Amino acid sequence: MSATECGPAAGEAPSAPAGDRRAAVRDGLGVGVAVGLSGLAFGAAAVTAGLSPPQACALSLLAFTGASQFALTGVIGGGGGLVAGTLGAVLLGGRNALYGLRLARTLEARGWRRALAAQAVIDETTAVATAQEGRDAARAGFYTTAVTLYVMWNLTTLLGAAGAARLGDPEAIGLDVLGPAVFLALLWPRLTADRAGAGVAMGAAVIAVAATPLLPPGVPVMLAAAAALPALVTRGGAR
Amino acid sequence: MNVWIAIVVTGLGCYALKLGGLVAPQRVLDDPRVRRFTGLVPVALLTALVAVQALADGPSLEFDGARVAGLGAAMAALLLRAPFLVVLGVAAGVAAGLRLL
Repeated sequence: MSATECGPAAGEAPSAPAGDRRAAVRDGLGVGVAVGLSGLAFGAAAVTAGLSPPQACALSLLAFTGASQFALTGVIGGGGGLVAGTLGAVLLGGRNALYGLRLARTLEARGWRRALAAQAVIDETTAVATAQEGRDAARAGFYTTAVTLYVMWNLTTLLGAAGAARLGDPEAIGLDVLGPAVFLALLWPRLTADRAGAGVAMGAAVIAVAATPLLPPGVPVMLAAAAALPALVTRGGAR
Repeated sequence: MNVWIAIVVTGLGCYALKLGGLVAPQRVLDDPRVRRFTGLVPVALLTALVAVQALADGPSLEFDGARVAGLGAAMAALLLRAPFLVVLGVAAGVAAGLRLL
């Protein structure tokens, strides 16, 4: 499994051996299936919050970014204002814009390909793509995760919305731990082998946790990007 | 606002943000300092996400023993170089097991 081996270099090699690509595809399938399961929880939560199953499915098809979807249905379920709920949900998607800055060089997609790829610029696809060595493997990881997760997430949203009452508590089977465990596993090489990465990660975790009680949901995580700012001002270096 | 409108606007807004990063001018992204920054941004955001998902529930910090133990087990599995899906299985299994108790 490439995710537990060496981390990616900042400047990616233009091509990679076929083995790296196969490992990237395996990563993508694993993440797509494992994280895709939480669509069950989303579908159930959306219907419990008062959305109809078609509305829950439309949100998964259109927004396709879990945190924003949970945020909107949470506000609707809590009887909050739709305008504030919508704004909050979109704000939570802000980090995807930052991921795009990183993925633009990797994907180098233009025209309709870029328009299509954009829908898949989310936490999971970024985590898999940036965990790969070489641009080919990164692309393979991105697109495999994108397709697998999109299909799984929308299928499980439908299942969760249709069978909301019959589903147990997703936390009872530990589904809430899967998301963070996926990111931890994919980040692991950069946290253990790469000193710059480990320092940035520590700073980011502290910023996000410290800001959580003070700022609206979504903002603390965005703010944590500031931990990477020293890279903008320091000179030279391998990374 | 009608719920359908909220859904469509959320979808459009989220899509616009996703596309926004991808269409940034390549000249800016080719600057070595910007490259290093954008290379580290996913590390920062994903670690922040792990930390917040582990230690917070919405806007408040909350210590959920089972969740933290699940992530701790994932970390132990990573230190033992377990394969990816084993790491996920151990994390979910430990959290679920502790909640059963």
